[in-house]
Amino acid sequence: MEILKTYKIFIGGAFPRTESGRYYPLVDAAGNTLANVCLSSRKDVRNAVVAARKAFGSWSEKTAFNRGQILYRMAEMLEGRKTQFIEELIQQGASKPNATREVQEAIDCLVYYAGWADKYQQIGSSVNPVSSSHFNFSALEPMGVIGIIAPQESSLIGLVNFIAPIICGGNTVIVAASEPLPLCAVTFAEVIHSSDVPGGVVNILTGKVSELAPALAAHMDVNALVSESLGELDKPLALACVENLKRHITYTNSTDQGLQRITDLQEVKTTWHPIESIGGATSSY
Amino acid sequence: MAKKNTATPSTEWNYAASPESTAHIRLEKKYQLFINNEWVTPSSKKYFPTINPATEDVLAEIAWANDADVDKAVKAARKAYTDVWSKISGAERGKYIYRIARMMQERAREFAVIETLDSGKPIRESRDVDVPLACNHFFYYAGWADKLEYAVPHKKPEALGVAGQIIPWNFPLLMAAWKIAPALAAGNTVVLKPAETTSLTALKLAEIIKDSGLPAGVVNIVTGYGDTGAAIVNHPDIDKIAFTGSTNVGKMIQRAVAGTHKKTTLELGGKSANIIFDDAPIDQAVEGIINGIFFNQGHVCCAGSRLFVQENVADLVIRKLKTRMESLYVGDPLDKNTDIGAINSKKQLETINHYISIGKAEGAEIFQSDCSIPSKGFFCKPTLFTGVSQSHVITQEEIFGPVLTIQTFRTIDEVIQKANNTPYGLAAGVWTDKGSRIFNLTTKLRAGVVWANTYNKFDPVSPFGGYKESGFGREGGMHGLSAYLK
Repeated sequence: MEILKTYKIFIGGAFPRTESGRYYPLVDAAGNTLANVCLSSRKDVRNAVVAARKAFGSWSEKTAFNRGQILYRMAEMLEGRKTQFIEELIQQGASKPNATREVQEAIDCLVYYAGWADKYQQIGSSVNPVSSSHFNFSALEPMGVIGIIAPQESSLIGLVNFIAPIICGGNTVIVAASEPLPLCAVTFAEVIHSSDVPGGVVNILTGKVSELAPALAAHMDVNALVSESLGELDKPLALACVENLKRHITYTNSTDQGLQRITDLQEVKTTWHPIESIGGATSSY
Repeated sequence: MAKKNTATPSTEWNYAASPESTAHIRLEKKYQLFINNEWVTPSSKKYFPTINPATEDVLAEIAWANDADVDKAVKAARKAYTDVWSKISGAERGKYIYRIARMMQERAREFAVIETLDSGKPIRESRDVDVPLACNHFFYYAGWADKLEYAVPHKKPEALGVAGQIIPWNFPLLMAAWKIAPALAAGNTVVLKPAETTSLTALKLAEIIKDSGLPAGVVNIVTGYGDTGAAIVNHPDIDKIAFTGSTNVGKMIQRAVAGTHKKTTLELGGKSANIIFDDAPIDQAVEGIINGIFFNQGHVCCAGSRLFVQENVADLVIRKLKTRMESLYVGDPLDKNTDIGAINSKKQLETINHYISIGKAEGAEIFQSDCSIPSKGFFCKPTLFTGVSQSHVITQEEIFGPVLTIQTFRTIDEVIQKANNTPYGLAAGVWTDKGSRIFNLTTKLRAGVVWANTYNKFDPVSPFGGYKESGFGREGGMHGLSAYLK
């Protein structure tokens, strides 16, 4: 007799069920029930935002090198559970070669951004030669708490491809998993859980995009909302984002990788300090 | 032995008036719209007066653009983009922008005088800050025009198209430069709307643009009120909206462009913290506080309007601050001795006075310097409030005037929490002698610009812009280019 997994959500490093007690059944092509998936509520979103905000300070202050190591650790953990993810993808309708490729891509994606963690800052920052006696520099800082609507068409790679660059940059996230393909998101939470990622840095909710996305867009303590185009939802989401001038980013390609995926969720901070210019030696020594 | 002078020395140490001459400036009686390098009568047939806020005298009549006028300007900008500006090389674009910078330098004093007449800011500031920075902004971005591929790594730099730009009344010419220069360098064409109380220097800039030989339609300047701005925001053929102004209007703009292809950058309000630690050089810090809140009558989005002083030096700092405030000259903006000029408009003076009365009603203790202010024009005495807390309206809302609130703190954690406890995140100031503390604080303050042991410094190479509800995008420096590139 096989022991079936209860698919729960992931908030603040713990695996609660949705506070709403609601679920939606996920069935495979043959009509078998795969799981009763949590139908997360607005209250779950709020709880996740609290957890993400709490985690933001210590995560953003970790050294860049350390964040890189933790992302690499995620890749290691995913590698170790490759078979499980491949099986889960096949359950949700993928072919074996496609499932294998998707898991490999997710691992590679984590390794890719693990490497970026202590490099993007040097590319995005500058020392600015102002015309007064000041030392002036601009550096990147994480934007804060980011809401992510994971790409709907994949169960794993889209999710990983959205989360990795954003947490690489020191942000914390609340992710709404793919609505039709939610299983890998929950299992990926288990990978995160065992990867030295502090609780609250990544929070994963399953449920209806039409419920979770507006809740994230309207939340006053979320600094940005990231998604693919969600069709008719785009405009109401953009409008909801206005209330706290949430940055609203819609990507057209869920598989793009690169520096910009990190810097899109960074703020530029410029710092000035006077340079002493009273007397002293000349510079021609 | 010389006889000892026993007379009480006079406490009246007034300078002789030293007004800047207005003889050499050229102002028309009536200004039309600047579209396609021509002065165009508005189809609305309407004009509005622009006044000198220090005397309430009318300086000129300004055309009031309606939807049809804005449409004409956008069409001119689109045609210039398609036919000319997107086809010439970056190096050639740069040469035009350099030429504008040089011609502005040649006429710098005239611009400074007109800026002071139209906005009320002291001539010392328009002459030494606004106008030189505006010229330098053009000069700086001119050099980027043929180097864009270095500014955006691994992306092909492409212009957005037609940029609609709406600017505020606090730094009229400087904001025009901040908007126009990077847009042109990146290869966009422009429809710019100055604020209704301060259109003149933008229109003088139009004269230079025409003189410089910039291809017709590359820069169009439409004057008017909020309805003119709305016509720009809602025009379907605009690719980019760049706005500097209040957070409320910023949100209106963001709502209006929701669901469209238009990109936006917003540079909005602030309620910036200026933090004084007990080991700070107190006299320098007091100068920094003064500059932070009274520069440009406090009409500065990044004004250091929330002062936090460490408790054990609070009495000393407040005493020195009050003494220094007593020495500020409030009055004729054209006088080179003047520190604080006129409030930009009657409406703004009413807003400031409204907040002052709220502060009093909330039980805060008010101090205003004992200076006389002119009977005509719009003036406000430098004002500070003590005995305030985080919950007071005057510590939460942007007043945009010479009004400072003072709170005290004991620990660094306390002041970081208080400083960040605002929806805004534009700027902050930190005063301490301890380097490690500066870096601790500057990384924890959620604000786009942090001045350590200085305040209110600006430079074309220095990116400026906010976190949170102070807006998004940066202006200035290499980072300022990406706002105008795909």
